Amino acid sequence: MSNEATLHGHPEIQTSHDAHHDEHGVHHHKETFITKYVFSQDHKMISKQFLITGMIWAIIGGLMSVLFRLQLGYPDSHFQFLEDILGSKWAKGGQIQPEFYYALVTMHGTILVFFVLTGGLSGTFANFLIPLQIGARDMASPMLNMLSYWFFLGASVVMLSSLFIETGPASGGWTSYPPLSALGDASEGSKTGMDLWIISMAMFVVSSLLGGLNYISTVLNLRTKGMSMTRLPLTIWALFFTAILGVLSFPVLLSGFILLLFDRHAGTSFYLSDIFLATTGKALPNEGGSAILYQHLFWFLGHPEVYIIILPAMGLVSEVMSVNSRKPIFGYIAMVGSMFAIAILAFLVWAHHMFVTGLNPFLGSVFVLLTLLIAVPSAIKVFNWLTTLWRGNIRFTPAMLFAIGFVSTFISGGLTGIFLGNSTLDIQLHDTYFVIAHFHIVMGVSGILGMFAGIYHWFPKMYGRYMNNVLAYIHFWITLIGAYLIFWPMHYEGLAGMPRRYLDYSNWISFNQFGGLNRFISTVAIIVFAVQLLFIFNFFYSIFKGRRVMTRNPWGSTTLEWTAPIRPGHGNWPGEIPEVHRWPYDYAKDGRDFIPQTEPLGANESAH
Amino acid sequence: MWVALGSIIMMFAGLTSAYVVKRDQPNWTTFEIPKAFWYSTAVILVSSLTIQMALKAFRDREMLRYRSLLTTTAILGILFVVLQWTGFRQIWHTGVTFRGSGGGLFLYIMAVLHGLHVLGGIIALVVLFGKAFASRVRSYNAVPVELMSTYWHFVDLLWIYLFIFFMAIK
Repeated sequence: MSNEATLHGHPEIQTSHDAHHDEHGVHHHKETFITKYVFSQDHKMISKQFLITGMIWAIIGGLMSVLFRLQLGYPDSHFQFLEDILGSKWAKGGQIQPEFYYALVTMHGTILVFFVLTGGLSGTFANFLIPLQIGARDMASPMLNMLSYWFFLGASVVMLSSLFIETGPASGGWTSYPPLSALGDASEGSKTGMDLWIISMAMFVVSSLLGGLNYISTVLNLRTKGMSMTRLPLTIWALFFTAILGVLSFPVLLSGFILLLFDRHAGTSFYLSDIFLATTGKALPNEGGSAILYQHLFWFLGHPEVYIIILPAMGLVSEVMSVNSRKPIFGYIAMVGSMFAIAILAFLVWAHHMFVTGLNPFLGSVFVLLTLLIAVPSAIKVFNWLTTLWRGNIRFTPAMLFAIGFVSTFISGGLTGIFLGNSTLDIQLHDTYFVIAHFHIVMGVSGILGMFAGIYHWFPKMYGRYMNNVLAYIHFWITLIGAYLIFWPMHYEGLAGMPRRYLDYSNWISFNQFGGLNRFISTVAIIVFAVQLLFIFNFFYSIFKGRRVMTRNPWGSTTLEWTAPIRPGHGNWPGEIPEVHRWPYDYAKDGRDFIPQTEPLGANESAH
Repeated sequence: MWVALGSIIMMFAGLTSAYVVKRDQPNWTTFEIPKAFWYSTAVILVSSLTIQMALKAFRDREMLRYRSLLTTTAILGILFVVLQWTGFRQIWHTGVTFRGSGGGLFLYIMAVLHGLHVLGGIIALVVLFGKAFASRVRSYNAVPVELMSTYWHFVDLLWIYLFIFFMAIK
């Protein structure tokens, strides 16, 4: 349980905790290879573990999209090498088989949403930035933090192993709607693959909960002297709200999974009713279940989940943008307030994923209203980012470019959200490529751009070296332009009614016209994927051979992490933890480029 | 701790609201609350009382009293789980099994999940118990005991909530 976290969270204990770590700062405790790199309790190492695991997942998930884009772009071609690699069951004659195609899209969604953009993004930056930016020696409970990573890795291993079993991984879509996901006889992927999927996701939920509890108690209890909540950098606010969302919504998903597991194996009828299975020719005894129930439970997590993905990206972007515009963030309190509003609204809009399930139209209109309300805080944030850039002294570092790219994709993806949030328009657009385009731009691309911004910006702090800028610029431009070229055309396909998750569209006259467009999208997708490999190369090359960081504060940033040594040990600061005297956005103030948070107020300043 | 409790509350809130939703579906069947559940409710209420007294004893440095009260609480906890199990067997024998489609299913799942949380509490109690009897280390830090009692009251209240829920909404 969370006893450990709360023990340390308690003020009486906290002092002894700090004292304990102060000791560490002075005599550096002995670390073997195992305790330093494998079972590490240092938040910085855990964050790197999350990051690299997430990157491995991103490559696997991205590669899957390349495979199914090959099929979508060239449905009639035979790629002999696919059969050579994947065997004749999944890629007979060099063509992706339907079962395999469904498995690919399912796993692509699961991996990217959960393992990359939740585990990889929050796990990396919450672990890395929370203690460093609030001035703490480590997380409230380093032990729980380590467990959080190991549950994540366990979930990863189970999910990865499901790719190699005979009946293939789960293939009922990343949402795993029953009855398809509940009946092993319904499809290949609903057999063992589905069980492994549920087990893996349950472990993932445990990992998120352990992590989330830790992040919340750390932010609340371990802030350094002078670091009031309103002096926290926006990254911390964002990660804080993310953790709250995760802690409140993941358990609901878990209960949904438990019921699903019982339906699969104990013969219960939570989600099943009146089913005749064509594959076995049998009518099932289940009665009285409701498949819609699962959708409610799923989307009650599922919607907060998209904010769990986007909020950390927003936080990272706010920070990077302010530092590289050499200007205070515009509307700090409005930024915090809008994140708070988003976090509240996140729980009130889940049924907008279910407009066409036979939802009561009156209820639907309530959810339309609440959904459209999210546009308000989102617009506030966009406005604030743009006004932060306005007349700023912009330095176009790779991180800054990715941050600006984030704002661009967040705007263009967010606007289509207003279309989809209307229950009437949704009748036409539901389950079409329009939806694919919308959530890939606003959540997928934006989330990953935010993550890149964070990685490029904090890489010097993580590894004490710089990444290569030339490769970074190539990476940025091809990724941004490529992302638009991939997803923009999908809007047109979706408006024409082209449904998602089909293997081959060439049989329909109405969708035939998009054959060329699909080939184009697939080609761009392959190029963009190749460029991500360039990033991976740059990342790992720079860890070992990058230009060394020679100064503590290479970006001229005000926040605390840059006051720590270039390669901080466990405990982050040798000696005393710095004290904070001002808010984190004193840029271009009183004729000075920036004033660090640790600098006491001058004679003619008032406290912020 | 409070955050963790919030998280557990959300899980059960999800399940109970699922119950409410599903109640309106066709083929809903109800069940009788077995006697054993009344006894188990009484047991867990008493155990809440004993842990509160244990906490007080600990604060007053009455270690002997604290130890015996802690032991009582743990025994009551185990008794609770056993009674729950008997209750299940009774319901199961009245014909409410997984094959049905009504409230019984939810009862099983929620009560088992709750039972798991109680078991977690018992494990924590045993750990505290071990500390209380280890004579070498004398710790008068009340925080672990406070946490323990908070958690214990929480699982108690959670059960009361579930119990009333199942009785009130059929």
